[in-house]
Amino acid sequence: MKNRTKLPNIYLGVILVLMYLPILLVIIYSFNQSKISSVWEGFSLKWYTELFRDASLLQALINSLVLAAASSLNAAVIGTLAAVGMLKVNLRSKGVIEYISTLPIMIPEIILGMVFLVFFSLIGLPFGMTTLIIAHTAFCIPYVYMLVKARLVGLDKSLGEAAKDLGAGELRVFLDITLPLILPAIVSGMLLAFAMSMDDVVISIFVTGVNTNTLPIKIYTQLKTGVTPKINALCTILFAVTVLMGLLSGWLGKINTQKKTVLEENR
Amino acid sequence: MNDIILQLQQIEKRFGDTKVLDGIDLSIKQGEFITMLGSSGCGKTTTLRIIAGLETPDSGRVLLEGRDVTNEEPNKRNVNTVFQNYALFPHMSVESNIGYSLRLKHIDKATIKKTVAEALDMVQLSGYEKRMPGELSGGQRQRVAIARALVNKPKVLLLDEPLGALDLQLRHQMQTELKRLQKRLGLTFIYITHDQEEALNMSDRIAVMREGQFEQIGTPEQVYDMPLTSYVARFVGSANILSGNVSAIDEQSVAFNCQGVTVFAARRDAPISIGQTVTMAVRSEKINLTPQGAGETGLHAVVTEKSFSGGVLHIIVTLDDGSELVSSRHGIDSPLAAGDSVTVSWKPENAVLVDL
Repeated sequence: MKNRTKLPNIYLGVILVLMYLPILLVIIYSFNQSKISSVWEGFSLKWYTELFRDASLLQALINSLVLAAASSLNAAVIGTLAAVGMLKVNLRSKGVIEYISTLPIMIPEIILGMVFLVFFSLIGLPFGMTTLIIAHTAFCIPYVYMLVKARLVGLDKSLGEAAKDLGAGELRVFLDITLPLILPAIVSGMLLAFAMSMDDVVISIFVTGVNTNTLPIKIYTQLKTGVTPKINALCTILFAVTVLMGLLSGWLGKINTQKKTVLEENR
Repeated sequence: MNDIILQLQQIEKRFGDTKVLDGIDLSIKQGEFITMLGSSGCGKTTTLRIIAGLETPDSGRVLLEGRDVTNEEPNKRNVNTVFQNYALFPHMSVESNIGYSLRLKHIDKATIKKTVAEALDMVQLSGYEKRMPGELSGGQRQRVAIARALVNKPKVLLLDEPLGALDLQLRHQMQTELKRLQKRLGLTFIYITHDQEEALNMSDRIAVMREGQFEQIGTPEQVYDMPLTSYVARFVGSANILSGNVSAIDEQSVAFNCQGVTVFAARRDAPISIGQTVTMAVRSEKINLTPQGAGETGLHAVVTEKSFSGGVLHIIVTLDDGSELVSSRHGIDSPLAAGDSVTVSWKPENAVLVDL
């Protein structure tokens, strides 16, 4: 306790600066009057107004939001049902199935992208929003699945049995007991999936159509023509949204742990 | 009228390679308080789960009021359980927890509210409707769990070590309350415990379980005073066990040779012959210790330890063959000290032959 040096604090400071200085710069320069990113010419909101006038950029943002919402919602339903179902499966192949279902997180995105490209052209599905949603849903499922599974494992089995004992059928047990108790995990999983879908470039490039741009693709392709401060403004907005979602997720997590302590005390 | 409410017939259950229940039979009368007593892993919880429908036996039948319910889902049989960890729904208030089974039956809200209030009153928790389970103490949760199980008016109430998590004082209080509740409602209780004192205190009948079978089923008096096996004698009230070869038999008693001394035990309704090896149980409070040479006949032993607990003095003596016996009596001290040579004796009628 006594030999407290300043080293840890300095270390922490360096890390924080490295991580957040670039973001801070982007936020500051999004309010810059100048067209050149590196010169400060005074405060202005003109890039925000220009951003909202840029129809193609806004369209890309809307596409990304729709895509993220749809795929995280799909993933929430599929991932939750999978986790609940797997809990009741008692096969020797269970481990293999679980491994396969979390694989999309571990496979390099570039390979997943290739695979989806080949698969979609093979079955002749036209590239566009549909293919994007399918691909994003696929790599979002594991996030929901893993979080919900962890929650389910921690859930007291006798709660479901007690409900059955009191006259509930399987469906009622799920709706009245299981679902409310795993809901925080589902929502956290969904938020995570949403974020993952929102910033995906690699897989999206492979499976998107000519006319469907997502925001990350749009920003990425703009690099070729030069980044305008509009992008700074956009990044600032997205950063704010991300922080908000992070807070929301953390708040839900807190409720989650509170419920968990109740469960543990019940033991 | 047949007043048998529940019958178990030749129930067998295996988990993998282990036989948990080995063909058990049990008939339970309406309004009876029956306790399944046994150490952990003896199959008592599995038996309870089979009655509740949470487990299906591999063979055998469960009859509820004469109807075969062996393969019926738990939500279809009118039997409710108080779980060991209470299993209160953490996301529902006390009121919602207790009213859950009524809501499932689509009973109107006003009736549910009234019934829940009555149930809470019954377990002395009026005014706790809006509390969450997390805000209750262990004893209060216990009461809510009981109210939740009773509100459904079950034919049989199953209780799986419901007092296990409570402290000693609260446990005694709840024992009395549970017993009263059961008598007042005239309900059939099937109670599980590994605590022999709890079993003796509350039950109309006790079923002592061991390795998936019933060792003995009988009233607390029968199980305590006339144990059938040495296991029951040891488990219920920790008796001293001795064995030897029968040397003489008369109307009331059996004489047998134990470590070179002839000792006596009461005769039982079982065939016995001279030369047979028998085992005998005698309760520690029935054992007399007298200083060596005081004229008493009996086994020779040396006092090794004295301990005092719960108003009872336990004196541990070691016999010549190295085995230990316990003698207990009320009081704080005795003139006997560690190292003293004593004679161990008992009245023949206080010694019971077991494992016949």
